[in-house]
Amino acid sequence: MAIKTLSAQLNAAAEAATLGVLRRLHLDAPLLLGLLTLCGFGLLVVYSAGDRNFEIVERQLVRLTVAFCLMIAIAQVPPRLLRQWSLALYLFGVLMLFAVLLFGAIGKGAQRWLDLGVIRFQPSELLKLAVPMAVAWLLSLRPLPPRPSWILAAIIVTLIPVLLIAKQPDLGTSLLVLSAGALVLFMAGLSWLMIAGLGAAVAAVAPVVWLLMHDYQRARIFTFLNPESDPLGTGYHIIQSQIAIGSGGLYGKGWLNGTQSHLEFLPERHTDFIFAVIGEEFGFAGIVILLALYLFIIGRGLVIAVRSIDSYGRTLAGGLTLVFFVYIFVNTGMVTGLLPVVGVPLPLISYGGTSMVTLLIGFGMIMGVETHKKSAPT
Amino acid sequence: MRLTSLEERQREQRLVTNRALVAGAVVIVGLLLLCVRLLHLQVDRHEHFSVLSMENRVKIQPVPPTRGLIYDAKGVLLADNHPTFALEITIEKVENLAATIDDLATIIPIEASDRARFERLKRQRMRFQSVPIRLNLSHKEVARFAVNSYRFPGVDVRAELIRTYPFAEATAHVLGYVGRINEREMSQIDTSNYAGTHFIGKGGLEKAHEDVLHGKVGYQQVEVNARGRILRTLESTPPTSGQDIFLSLDMTLQQAAIDALGDRRGAVVAIDPRDGSVLAMVSKPSYDPNRFVEGISGKEYNALLHSLDKPLFDRAARGQYPPGSTVKPFIGLGGLATGVTTAHKTVYCSGAFSLPGQNHRFRCWRKGGHGTVDLEKSIIESCDVYFYSLANQMGIDRLHSFLSQFGFGSRTGIDVAGELAGLLPSREWKQRVRKQTWYPGETLIVGIGQGSFLATPLQLAVATATIANRGRLIVPRLARASRFPGAATETPFPVVARQINVGNPRYWDQVIAAMTQVVESPRGTAKRIRSPEYRIAGKTGTSQVFTLGQKQTYNAAKTPERMRDHALFIAFAPVDAPRIAVAVLVENGGHGGSDAAPIARRVMDVYLGSKSPLPPDEATDGD
Repeated sequence: MAIKTLSAQLNAAAEAATLGVLRRLHLDAPLLLGLLTLCGFGLLVVYSAGDRNFEIVERQLVRLTVAFCLMIAIAQVPPRLLRQWSLALYLFGVLMLFAVLLFGAIGKGAQRWLDLGVIRFQPSELLKLAVPMAVAWLLSLRPLPPRPSWILAAIIVTLIPVLLIAKQPDLGTSLLVLSAGALVLFMAGLSWLMIAGLGAAVAAVAPVVWLLMHDYQRARIFTFLNPESDPLGTGYHIIQSQIAIGSGGLYGKGWLNGTQSHLEFLPERHTDFIFAVIGEEFGFAGIVILLALYLFIIGRGLVIAVRSIDSYGRTLAGGLTLVFFVYIFVNTGMVTGLLPVVGVPLPLISYGGTSMVTLLIGFGMIMGVETHKKSAPT
Repeated sequence: MRLTSLEERQREQRLVTNRALVAGAVVIVGLLLLCVRLLHLQVDRHEHFSVLSMENRVKIQPVPPTRGLIYDAKGVLLADNHPTFALEITIEKVENLAATIDDLATIIPIEASDRARFERLKRQRMRFQSVPIRLNLSHKEVARFAVNSYRFPGVDVRAELIRTYPFAEATAHVLGYVGRINEREMSQIDTSNYAGTHFIGKGGLEKAHEDVLHGKVGYQQVEVNARGRILRTLESTPPTSGQDIFLSLDMTLQQAAIDALGDRRGAVVAIDPRDGSVLAMVSKPSYDPNRFVEGISGKEYNALLHSLDKPLFDRAARGQYPPGSTVKPFIGLGGLATGVTTAHKTVYCSGAFSLPGQNHRFRCWRKGGHGTVDLEKSIIESCDVYFYSLANQMGIDRLHSFLSQFGFGSRTGIDVAGELAGLLPSREWKQRVRKQTWYPGETLIVGIGQGSFLATPLQLAVATATIANRGRLIVPRLARASRFPGAATETPFPVVARQINVGNPRYWDQVIAAMTQVVESPRGTAKRIRSPEYRIAGKTGTSQVFTLGQKQTYNAAKTPERMRDHALFIAFAPVDAPRIAVAVLVENGGHGGSDAAPIARRVMDVYLGSKSPLPPDEATDGD
């Protein structure tokens, strides 16, 4: 009896100690648990999609470690400081985008990189964070909900980098940056009337955007509408990914047993189309579990936003969480054939470092919003 | 930091909570929408996509059967399958063909002739059928390509069994050869059974027994990746090899016949009259069929095709010559069978024959005439006048119907592709082909085997065997039996025979006696080949018409030798129990007795095991 009590006490103490450590590191336990589970699952899938290539898993693991370290580092920064840096970071990012247009390196037919000698830097990634920060900062200057003139300012702040990124051209990133700005605006209480009005404006602008699009971007939309029209060309991705997902059935073919992915029928299987590998190997059941995990992370993010003590933290945490959802929806919609093919990776699962670093830094900020409340003025 | 009132802060809190709830709802709706889509793909259409995924990765591959081998009567291998490595290109899988070939040439020598053959075969191939760029790769070259193969998608080393004919020229016309299947042949064969097969019989026995030799295709289900590389075999149905064929042809005899013909152009056909087995079938000059298996070069082919000696031409089964006096025993028999004449009825030969009321004189080959001749003497001395008279009395209709029983004018049905039928003229034929009525004079010419009457050496050998058999005509055949490789029992090819009825069996004796005297009588036209060891019955013939080929232009200045008569001889032996029937044709060979008969004798000697020498060459007249 005494032993039992003792062990229960020890357990409780250990738990408290762990939570205490996490608290002192300014980390949010539920969010951290969700993210680690997700990334662990991602490594398993990357191992399978990369044809049991341990090198790929190792490299991904290194990136994950770096990204988690950055997340922890950012979590130490009180939101108050983030808010102060917002404008400067934003201006720096926009300046870099101009630099890319002028001196940028060309890769895959688009100017996205800035070669800084030692590292190649993609400024558009920075804007994924700088734009929601800047919009959140702007709107936190006045009580919410924002007045029309502040809304206009927020729209301009968002659109400048969006247009610059779209010009590189990088449709996927510019859409994510646009949604980041818009979602912060939404969290800030943009009136429903305004949302309807902006929706109408977007619909009106759509034909103009169509005219400004590159041929390959238009081709993607055509292919999305009718993938069978070009089964060996642009439609191949969509057809093969649907075959992979569909043939997975309810319970999947089993880990490492996906034929579509292992026999190389599925293109980009460890990057943008990794969701199809999950669908093939783990089936509907596996996907539902993955989506539940995502839902948990999103839910926690929204709870943090609601519990935040100032409008900057609320709108930023809410906006970043919702951008995370946009990532998920755009990628899975593309892979399942609901949306056109846009180069957006499956967040925290797809092989590749850039988006992972950006996302985890974002989560670091969200954690910061949750864990720095004491230091904030009340 | 902006200072806010409590009320303001509460309002902001409410607002953001409100928005978070809406956002959460949107997220849940979005994820549910995704789930609906996934349920559609993974549950509703699961079967459909499973099939597609299966079709993606599983390919059915044909496994070609091994072609049956061909052996002679004594088990000597006449057609073999020789394993070789060929470098093959599937053109549909290659992006830049010219660059690929140039690249290949840097690691494996590719000659201009290889490129030329590739171009030629490329034009004849089927879609997605690979075409060889190099043949007979050495093991070193195979290894060198294997190391570099990743650089060459669509290029593969294929181990292939290549047909070889060890006796080359000696069996060329009989066996024919196999070659790559072309578009035209593709439309005639069962494409699924030939799915993995590259070669098909192009002529001779190889073509006639294609179905027996080819076998049945097998299949294997293989797993492939997106680039078509085979990863493993899932399931397989092995092919059924083609059957080996055992011929009645005896290579010793075949070689003896070839040697006996020597440098002369001509044909020898030897048949066992007892069962129609073809013992030897020679056409000279010949060619090397091995050159054709992998596609002969255009230059080489043209040289063969346009050679004055026509080496590609199978004189034994496709050469159609006027049979000359060799038909006399048959016509004599016809006279007896139709009751037009008897063995004792005589005709006076003055050296020429005229139809009543006509001035035209049909000459006998002997100017002075043979005097009074009966059937036997007219056959022994080959008197033309007797047969003019007999043919005239029989008339063309009875001649035609009687001779056609012996197979003249129709294919013998031998198992060699491309056999020709010869021509046995008739009223109906002349009306149909020449749109003219039949003249009585033409009947006389048929009576001595000239004019438009044409027969192949093979037909003559079959007809001779039929006399030896006293009317039992057996369809000649080269293939005696077939056997699945490794099987214990052979399947014999059926013997097809029919009986010719001449009314009285004595008529056979009378004609055979006369043919025996052709060899044995001091006045016989073939007396030179008389053998002390066995008795021969024969008949000489000379074909006066120069018909080497219908398209060859006649050039007297260049080819005086080619204007000469063809020499013919038919014979069988031993007379009392015939075991071999022979027909010999020597193009531009002069006389049947002096030129063709010794060849027949030598063939019979070899077959019957006789070593008696032939008497020395002496001038023999007559035909």
